[in-house]
Amino acid sequence: MNNFALITIIIIYLAVLFFIAFFAEKKKQSKWVNNPYVYTLSLAVYCSAWTYYGSIGIAANSGINFLPIYLGPVIAAPLWIIVLRKVIRISKQHKISSIADFISLRYGNNRFLGALVTVICLFGTLPYISLQLKAVSETFEIMSDNTSYVSTTVIDDSTFYVALLLAIFAAFFGTQNTDASEKHKGIIASVAFESILKLVFFLIIGIYVTFYLFDGTTDIYNKISITENFKELTTLKGVEDGFNWFFMIALSFMAIFLLPRQFQVSVLENNREKHLKKAIWLFPLYLLLFNLFVVFIAWAGKITFLDTKNAEYYTLLLPLENGNSFLATLVFLGGFSAVISMVIVSTLALSTMVSNNLIIPYGFLDKFIRNQPDRNSKYIKNIRRISVFTIIIIAYFFYVSFSKELSLYSIGLISFVIISQLAPSFFIGLYWNRGSSKAAIIGMILGFCIAVYTLVLPFTLQAYTGTDHFTQFGFLGIAALKPYALFGINFLSPPAHAFFWSITFNVLSYLIFSLASKGNYRERNYAEMYVDSTNFTKLQDSALVWKGEAYVADIKNVLIRFLGEKRATRALTIFFTKYRLSQNTQLADARLINFSEKLLTGSIGSASAKILISSVVKEEQISLVEVLKILEESKENIVNNKVLLEKSNELTQLSSKLKGANSKLISKDKQKDEFLDTVAHELKTPITGIRAATELLLDEDDDMPKEIKTQFLKNILQDSDRLGRLINNILDFEKLETGRIDLNLKLNNLQKTIKKVLTSISQLAAKKGVKLINKNPRELFLVFDEDKIHQVLTNLLSNALKFCPTEKGEIIIDYRLVNEEVEVVIEDNGKGILEEDFSYIFDKFYQSKNQNTIKPEGSGFGLAITKQIVEKHNGKIWAEKDQKSGAKFVFTIPFN
Amino acid sequence: MKRKILIVDDEPNIVMSLEYAFKKQNFEVFIARDGSEVFEILKGEIPDAIILDVMMPNVDGYQTIKKIKETLNLTATKVVFLSAKNKASDIEKGLKLGADKYLTKPFSVKKIVSEILELLN
Repeated sequence: MNNFALITIIIIYLAVLFFIAFFAEKKKQSKWVNNPYVYTLSLAVYCSAWTYYGSIGIAANSGINFLPIYLGPVIAAPLWIIVLRKVIRISKQHKISSIADFISLRYGNNRFLGALVTVICLFGTLPYISLQLKAVSETFEIMSDNTSYVSTTVIDDSTFYVALLLAIFAAFFGTQNTDASEKHKGIIASVAFESILKLVFFLIIGIYVTFYLFDGTTDIYNKISITENFKELTTLKGVEDGFNWFFMIALSFMAIFLLPRQFQVSVLENNREKHLKKAIWLFPLYLLLFNLFVVFIAWAGKITFLDTKNAEYYTLLLPLENGNSFLATLVFLGGFSAVISMVIVSTLALSTMVSNNLIIPYGFLDKFIRNQPDRNSKYIKNIRRISVFTIIIIAYFFYVSFSKELSLYSIGLISFVIISQLAPSFFIGLYWNRGSSKAAIIGMILGFCIAVYTLVLPFTLQAYTGTDHFTQFGFLGIAALKPYALFGINFLSPPAHAFFWSITFNVLSYLIFSLASKGNYRERNYAEMYVDSTNFTKLQDSALVWKGEAYVADIKNVLIRFLGEKRATRALTIFFTKYRLSQNTQLADARLINFSEKLLTGSIGSASAKILISSVVKEEQISLVEVLKILEESKENIVNNKVLLEKSNELTQLSSKLKGANSKLISKDKQKDEFLDTVAHELKTPITGIRAATELLLDEDDDMPKEIKTQFLKNILQDSDRLGRLINNILDFEKLETGRIDLNLKLNNLQKTIKKVLTSISQLAAKKGVKLINKNPRELFLVFDEDKIHQVLTNLLSNALKFCPTEKGEIIIDYRLVNEEVEVVIEDNGKGILEEDFSYIFDKFYQSKNQNTIKPEGSGFGLAITKQIVEKHNGKIWAEKDQKSGAKFVFTIPFN
Repeated sequence: MKRKILIVDDEPNIVMSLEYAFKKQNFEVFIARDGSEVFEILKGEIPDAIILDVMMPNVDGYQTIKKIKETLNLTATKVVFLSAKNKASDIEKGLKLGADKYLTKPFSVKKIVSEILELLN
């Protein structure tokens, strides 16, 4: 393929990425941008060109040793829920914008520590970026047909232009906000897209090589297994190899947390903590898929080319060898994706660190204080943009002058070892509050120096002098100082060896110096916030202990310089409202100091924020003891508040219970009123009838016909009876309801009682043409009050009779034994019970609308009294729902 | 022409007394046992007076008068409540709904008759 075509493809691809990033920035809130899959795919920025090309090189040359680099992250993934979640919470709370900020804040906003972390990250990442450029350049060369052409100057080296394009991309999407703790949705979306591409293309070439070029995995295995030293490459060689594996796994375990690009995507770009839950299994799965075909491609390459000189690029060489340049282009694009995502995220992370932890705190603060606010924001952005370009250009020159000689794998490991020097202060500092800044600095510098001595120096010297004199005989010829065999430990691979010694010294000095020297109060304050993050998150701005004299106006002035008048005023208004302070508060307290530092942290880093704020306030020194005491008190306050909250909740519940009881009482009163009203109304009705009829009968002027006279007299009689019945019912009911009635309990024959009731209503039934059926003729003896049960049966049967149709009516009475009680059933074929009546039929005075007589004989007490009697016998009464026709009443009498 | 009166009550004994008394006064008497029957009768007749009970099954007295006032244009017909409910609030409610008088049970038949006659003259 000619250069022109290849460059066109690259530019089109970059344009697509640009579009995706642009789109994601525009639709920041869309669920296409904010979901656990995008998050997981962004984590896959871990798989750079090293994974894409380097793994195969290692697999071809040293067998399965490429695996530990992926086992570390796989082991780390389940721990994310604990460790990473804590880191994410702390970072969000303090508006942290880089790992340098994270570590320096833990050790009391230590400016020097932040700068040191930045420098270590630069050392660790620059070679790594140059490694990516190397991959682009070499693959470009393989892809283009004029292989004889080798660039001699920067101007006609296409890699340089690719590097520049990436710098533009990173600068454009990385500096949309002055506040670096804001999310970079555009970059993340494009990284996620690239992660899909690189995986898919890698799998395609894997399948192509394994199943198209060869006859499946067994075919490759059979062919490779007869080559020499095959066994060596596929087994671990004794304890030494075991150690190597262990250290490599530990190394990559740390790297997945500490690499600036991983910190950027996993912590700073995390939208929701719950996304972690998906990532902890999806990310290992991604790594697994990526490593599926590595071994087979490596073997296939070995079989095809017979040498392993270009093993890293087997994925490109194999399809090209077989004339499939389309597939090779796909592979190239996949590798290019891996490069772009790594370079862009790394430079984004580094540029933030360089500007917020190196440049701004060491030289630009004075300028900022004098500058106009709007210019400050531009200034900060420009510092970052220049950092992005500088980093990429330095990486380019690093690549030109150094890494042409080195393999992808070895540069990658150098990076890992250097970055791992952050591990003790990062991990231990997260769980041990005694870790101090002095110890962190000493440990890091010591570890870094050892790593340089045992890994970087021998590499560089060998590359420059061409001899391995240094490696062979050690510094000044001292055998114990041989860089690859320090103090006689000669069985480890150089990276494992460097890692072992540097991290050992680092950890030891961190622990020893932490124990030996107490940190200052500010340090200890932040240490508590980190270690006990769950409690301190609740304390919010009160988590910072601060004493001294500060004026809101001064602080506001500082805020305005960086946030502008509008944002600063709005932030302060929010602060005052949140803590219920007057908007005219003059003196600033610890909370405002902490709040303002946080506000500035995103833009200029935590160290600078602290320096700026302390420049306008007079801080008093506080003793460590006092800090700890105050913190303890604040924590106790939280606990007390919690107790108070619980108590207040209890009180609320209690008062709502009281309210309930009260309203029940009120409704009881109301019920009583209604009861009396209804009683009065019921009594008045027959009295009215009697009074009216009597009045008419008494009128002597009237010559009333005899039959009417008789009718009136009959009416009076009827009404009098009704009155009497009503009064009896009311009294009965009251007695039953208040429990002032004793049952006359005796052993009785239920059959006999039923027959008595049937006899007493048989005349009425016959008159209406209703058939009475006594279904169960057996005798049954049990204990009950005969009079009362007689009343129950009478009520239920006359109710049934009332609702039965004339002539065709039928009432069935039946009983059976169910679970130590008698169930008596009275069923009719009348109108049935209306749905709306079910809940009320047993209420006193309730009379259904569904009656066919003009005015019912009943008093509205019947069923209410019936229910009382049955319950007095410890029985139950109910009306069956879902009857197809008619009503069915059931009541029970227990045997004991 | 005979004057017409409609008696609405669900208590047959009470209705019987009122019916007798008004027939004596030469009224043509119509009887309804609840609100719904009222409208059946009002389809064909325009009574001079209506005596209305409050507590009745199905459609009560309040609903009945409301419906009469809303749907029928019976400007000349006097409506009198006759109910056992004698609380001030009940009476007020009845009058507010447009009744001309609110009389309570138990009542004197003579008084009811004279009240009605007075209203109609």
